[in-house]
Amino acid sequence: MNGQEIALEVNGNVVRGTPEARKTLADFLREDVGLTGTHLGCEHGVCGACTVLIDGRSVRSCLILAVQTEGHVVQTVEGMAQPDGSLHPLQEAFSEHHGLQCGFCTAGFLMAAAELLDENPHPDEREVREALSGNLCRCTGYVNIVKAVLDAADRMRLE
Amino acid sequence: MKPLLEELPELARPRSVGTKVRRREDARLLTGQATHVGDMHLPDMLHVAMVRSPFAHARIVSIDLDVARTAEGVVGVYTSSDLDGKVSAFVESAREDLSPKLAELVDIEVKSLPMSVFASDRVFWVGQPVAAVVATDPYLAEDAVALIDVDYDPLPSLVDVEGALEEGAQVLHPELGNNVHSHLLVECGDVDRALAGAEHRLRERLEIGRQISSAIEPRGVLATFDGSELTIWATNTKPHLVRTIVSRMLDLPADRVRFVSPDMGGSFGGGIFSEEILIPFLATELQRPVRWIEDRRENLLATSHGRDQIHDVEIGFQGDGTVVALRDRYLMDTGAYNTYAVTVPYNTVAHMRSQYRIDHFSVDGTVVVTTKAPAVPVRGAGRPEATFVIERSMDMVARELGLDRAEVRRRNLIRPEEMPYDMGIPYRDTVRMTYEPADFPAQLEAALEAFDYEGWLERQRVARAEGRRIGIGIAAFVEGSGHGPFEDAIVRVDEGGRVTVISGARPHGQGHETMLSQVVADQLGMDPENVIVRTGDTSLLPDGRGSFASRTAVMAGNAAAMAAAKLRQKILRAAGEMLDADPDELTLRDGSIFRGASDAVLALRQVAVSAAPGPTSQRPPGDGEGLVETHHFVPPTATFGSGTHVVAVEVDGETGGVRILDYITVDECGTMLNPTIVEGQVHGGVAHGIGNALLEEAVYDEDGQPLTTTYMDYLLPTTMDVPPIRVGHQTFPSDRNPLGAKGVGEGGAVAAPAAVISAVEDALGPGAVRLTRIPLGPERIVGAIRKADAGTDPSRRVDG
Repeated sequence: MNGQEIALEVNGNVVRGTPEARKTLADFLREDVGLTGTHLGCEHGVCGACTVLIDGRSVRSCLILAVQTEGHVVQTVEGMAQPDGSLHPLQEAFSEHHGLQCGFCTAGFLMAAAELLDENPHPDEREVREALSGNLCRCTGYVNIVKAVLDAADRMRLE
Repeated sequence: MKPLLEELPELARPRSVGTKVRRREDARLLTGQATHVGDMHLPDMLHVAMVRSPFAHARIVSIDLDVARTAEGVVGVYTSSDLDGKVSAFVESAREDLSPKLAELVDIEVKSLPMSVFASDRVFWVGQPVAAVVATDPYLAEDAVALIDVDYDPLPSLVDVEGALEEGAQVLHPELGNNVHSHLLVECGDVDRALAGAEHRLRERLEIGRQISSAIEPRGVLATFDGSELTIWATNTKPHLVRTIVSRMLDLPADRVRFVSPDMGGSFGGGIFSEEILIPFLATELQRPVRWIEDRRENLLATSHGRDQIHDVEIGFQGDGTVVALRDRYLMDTGAYNTYAVTVPYNTVAHMRSQYRIDHFSVDGTVVVTTKAPAVPVRGAGRPEATFVIERSMDMVARELGLDRAEVRRRNLIRPEEMPYDMGIPYRDTVRMTYEPADFPAQLEAALEAFDYEGWLERQRVARAEGRRIGIGIAAFVEGSGHGPFEDAIVRVDEGGRVTVISGARPHGQGHETMLSQVVADQLGMDPENVIVRTGDTSLLPDGRGSFASRTAVMAGNAAAMAAAKLRQKILRAAGEMLDADPDELTLRDGSIFRGASDAVLALRQVAVSAAPGPTSQRPPGDGEGLVETHHFVPPTATFGSGTHVVAVEVDGETGGVRILDYITVDECGTMLNPTIVEGQVHGGVAHGIGNALLEEAVYDEDGQPLTTTYMDYLLPTTMDVPPIRVGHQTFPSDRNPLGAKGVGEGGAVAAPAAVISAVEDALGPGAVRLTRIPLGPERIVGAIRKADAGTDPSRRVDG
């Protein structure tokens, strides 16, 4: 196995590694960087569980190779809360509205929702549903996820 | 029914139970700190990739492992012959829960068809494990899979369940004698006579396609062996059963096998699979940690298929819409094996009359083997199928008589004054199936009112005049849950006064940690956040059953509550000993002991230290241990929750697309231990049922090749498919367990398919078409619209 040296920024820290060229970003984050909060549900780009932000845009980390992220800025669920442990408004709202059950898909939803609220701080229900339509959840029926994102938008506007 | 729980302590009045306590699980799940099997890393861990059959049915001529063995990173390659004499074959795991007494009460036959970990000489379905590669890296393990050359001699597939029963059909497993694995006939009343005497008779063929549980976390197994002790971490919901089966199959002492439950990303039905035996075996062979993580293709090929039933139902009814008799014959395609005996088929029988009074009843069910993936219980486990049959039947009556569909249901619902209602057949636990007090008619009315049924009928009339296709669907259900056989719990206090509950529950999304903390906290007069919850570790609890079949609130909840109630009494006895007081004068609250109306007289930790065994112990005579109590909860029989769904849809005549405009449920699940969690379960169940109604089907072609092995083909509902769901409640606490709880984990998925199909059929015009199969899918809807436009689609009347 021949690795290729890369350096990228993950959750504000510079990360260096030598992943094999074929290694996905998801596997690199989970195995080489030790950030296992990004989950793999299908590994073919449909379920959205592995969604991370690269330079602020949501990306399926199962469909991109680690070596392609050289020099880029990656954000994962582990970087959402404040360093003092206080939760991001989206995380707070997900908990308050019971927007997660097993929690396996949750990181992907949080990332997709974070991107939405960054681009559109005032989404309506339809816009939230469209923005999250690329993420599968088998537990919640999405009812409380949608509620949580709308509530988080309100909280973030007040901040 | 025998009186319940007479020797048990009375429960303290609830403080936390019934309130919307926020889930303690959320913090780790929201921040990426949860630990799933795939997140674990043990030193020297090896990785497994599976070689699976590409054929539905074939003879294995040879397997060439030589190239793979020398490939980079490969530590070993294993096939059936490597397990010979070391690993015994699977027996039907559900036999553990099947009482032999059931066969004395109903006509039932279950044949034995042990399944082995690997196929040896023949493969029976696409996806069946044939070999495994163990390597130092998961990528290298998969590379080596491609280097294994299996020479197959293809044999004819068998994918048609009716063809499998025809004279001269190939017999897949000669030991069965034919292609029937199980059969059951359950009857009450005199169905022949009642059908003959009915004013109207209709028959229909109803089909429920093959569907897959499809939790978002793929399955995973990690095992390690230190020379004497085997430890397993896996995505399985039955820790103690896995321990027992692994112990049996690998011939290890049960107490040398430990199952630990990491976080688990859903289940929605499942069983015990080859990998859960294989990976522990490999750990014992290699004496290194070994892990296998399923990929989605494997999941859709080989894990947790279910449903797949064809029903021929006949109903007899009077001119007023009263159904007097129902006869059903059905076939269930169990795939190549049936490790669950009659769990699902019996659920189908038991739930077929749902909330309705039909005293003449006969169901004949046959479980047939084919060359598809083995079927297991999938959320609802036979109940969605039964509910589809009965609710389609109610719609057939309405259509034939020109009656309103709600009115037909009203006329058939069991009335509250008839409760407890004897259904005339045994439940699967052999106890006569009897509904507890409930009010089904009030439930229907509450659902119709919340839905604004009259308003929707009017909106439908207006929409139809504009050429829009809007339809309304109604479906009721009953959900038997918590029928046992048992669940265990230990509650104890440490010398710091801290309380721990150890439960046989195995949480995978339902908030069981929160629920268990609530029920224990109430008994010990404390806040739930101060209760430590340990679940799913077989080394902490001698026996348990786990979390499946909507059982945990009833089974684990009551076991924990009872252990805690007994512990409260023990604490007060010990405090009484210390204070020389009557325990009845003492109360336990917020970690302190109170005497009468006085201030706290003792801290719980003082009692714990004092009561600890040893020479300084002050515990009362007879209380041999310290502050610990165990409870083995055995309910008298199942408890029956229920619900009614009403839905409005609009069908796009061009595309066949279905948009759900409104969805209401009224659910009855006894005492709600945590209403937030209950509503979440209903939401998820309804979404699952909408997927089952409109999107999800595991399709096989005529050669037995699965065509739905990605999420592009096997479609789960998304945010765009599931509407906001409005949930209402009725509460009739169960009298079959101290908490009064009833299961609620499956009900949403049980009724939703029937409700949605009813609404789509209604949308296509009154009496226009008969929709008889789920899932429906746009192409079937467009076909139905063409049929509707071409003329009427007459009911299938039975003469005489």
